[in-house]
Amino acid sequence: MAQAISARGKFAARLARHSTGIIASVLFVAPIVWTALSAFKPAAEARLPPLPPWPTTGFSLENYATLNSFGDGLWASAQNSIYVSVMTVLLSVIVSVLAGYGFSRFRFPFKDLFFVLILSTIMIPFQSILTPIFLVLTKLGLHNTLTGLVGVYVTLQLPFSIFMMRNAFDAVPREIEEAARMDGAGNATMLLKVMLPLVWPGVVTIALFAFLGAWNEFLAALVLMTDQSKFTLPVMMTALQSGRFGAIDWGAVQAGVTVMMVPCLILFLALQRFYIRGLMAGAVK
Amino acid sequence: MTTITASTTAPPRARKLVGAGRRQWIGLLYVAPAVALVMVFFVIPLGMTAWMSLHNWPLMGEHAFIGLDNYWAILRDTRFWNALKFTGYYTVVVTIAIFAVAFPLAIFIEKPRPLTNLYRTFFFMPAVVGFASASLLWSWLLNVDSGLFSPAAYDLGLIDKKFNLLATFQPAFWSIIAMVVWKVAGFTMIILMTGLQSIPQDLQEAAVIDGAGPFARFRAITLPLMRRTLALALILSVAGSILAFDQFYIILRGGPRNQTLTAVYWIFNQSFVSFKLGYGAALSMVLLVILVALSLIQLWLLRKPEGLD
Repeated sequence: MAQAISARGKFAARLARHSTGIIASVLFVAPIVWTALSAFKPAAEARLPPLPPWPTTGFSLENYATLNSFGDGLWASAQNSIYVSVMTVLLSVIVSVLAGYGFSRFRFPFKDLFFVLILSTIMIPFQSILTPIFLVLTKLGLHNTLTGLVGVYVTLQLPFSIFMMRNAFDAVPREIEEAARMDGAGNATMLLKVMLPLVWPGVVTIALFAFLGAWNEFLAALVLMTDQSKFTLPVMMTALQSGRFGAIDWGAVQAGVTVMMVPCLILFLALQRFYIRGLMAGAVK
Repeated sequence: MTTITASTTAPPRARKLVGAGRRQWIGLLYVAPAVALVMVFFVIPLGMTAWMSLHNWPLMGEHAFIGLDNYWAILRDTRFWNALKFTGYYTVVVTIAIFAVAFPLAIFIEKPRPLTNLYRTFFFMPAVVGFASASLLWSWLLNVDSGLFSPAAYDLGLIDKKFNLLATFQPAFWSIIAMVVWKVAGFTMIILMTGLQSIPQDLQEAAVIDGAGPFARFRAITLPLMRRTLALALILSVAGSILAFDQFYIILRGGPRNQTLTAVYWIFNQSFVSFKLGYGAALSMVLLVILVALSLIQLWLLRKPEGLD
């Protein structure tokens, strides 16, 4: 069929395809770029409609500077967000690698029960158990602490990441373990030196999802963090956007949103392969 | 050491003989942290939700057992039913809108052709941005004075005075739909793409030889073979929409005139604004039942098709 189409028809088809692609791409990317560019306007200009989106009266970092003057400041919230996200990544990777290995390679009482229990939590929306989580954290003395929030975020990651890791370990041929055992590898060496390098792509995938999940989560942070010094970026920025610190400074909102978006975009662009892999694993299974 | 190795590699029958070894119990240690977390942050809270829903439970002071009174109160709570109705309406509209955009995009990027990967990356970018960031971003774009849409339309002469998109229900609602489609379509597109790519190429070619047109091929081959993928994308979209909160809280604060309060938003208000924790728990139980029912439908839709591998 391809030969039947004349060269001109082929060119027209290609032109149509790429125009569609470019227009759609612009529509998807424009709001992000628009915000990032507007954030560089001086505060007075940032209050006006963003036409054009780029600064016309000179490039300025004023919006980022003012952002730091609200409440405990942008930097404090950013630090909270970074702490929560990094801890969520570390803990969910450690817990899921251990559990994935356990579920893949050992047989023990209640194994199936535990596995089903962990996976079935995906069916229960955490939004519906936030009140008791609040009370549990209070009981544990973790009320209004970032550590408590990390605990909640790690738990939310577990069904996906343990499922991923168990499959990753299942895919490692048992002969490799056997050979290592012959060489006298103990359990710790086996997991860290032999198995971990083989399941590394899975680890990157779950780390990426854990980061994005923790960095972007809003409702639990809004409910559980009552003290302003503990606000993560989404909660802090929403407080700012709601006028809690006086008249809404849209320039500061643009700068804050940019700070919130950029790490996600960089990680995604750098690790796209792992992201798509994670989605596929979820979609195929 | 060698016996243990044998136990893990041997076929099931042999395993029973050697594998009862104590070493297998170590597995419990490996999964213990995960099980502990799920217990503390999921199972116990879940049980507490059920327990609290039977109580009058203020934030401060004593709570009192009141049986099913909270549930009777829900039956009379017209504002909750309105919120649920709105959530249902939003879910249907946004899911249709997402599919209407995501399916053509999935077909567009399915085959590896020049620049396809680049387009795919662009379409997907809003999906990795959080709902809170996206909502904050759009609350600015939608703002009547400092935003983009209203001033741009005014400058272009499309409207003769600035129009506040967020002041009345219809424009506010459709603005949210536009924002969510922008944010989520790329995600749904990738899921649908995996389904499209899993259709064997020779089936399509055979149909072409048999003289089937593109529409007939789409209906007779693509759709049936994508059933599980479609079901998955549908369920993800429906479950996500039923739990919608961020965009309505950040952009609209439930307004105009409380017309866009979703179910989660109403529970949030009852539990953390009015501090009626017991009542909030009972509302949560209703939401939970709805979502578990949905998950069961999902399992049924996602069952392996009979006759096909």
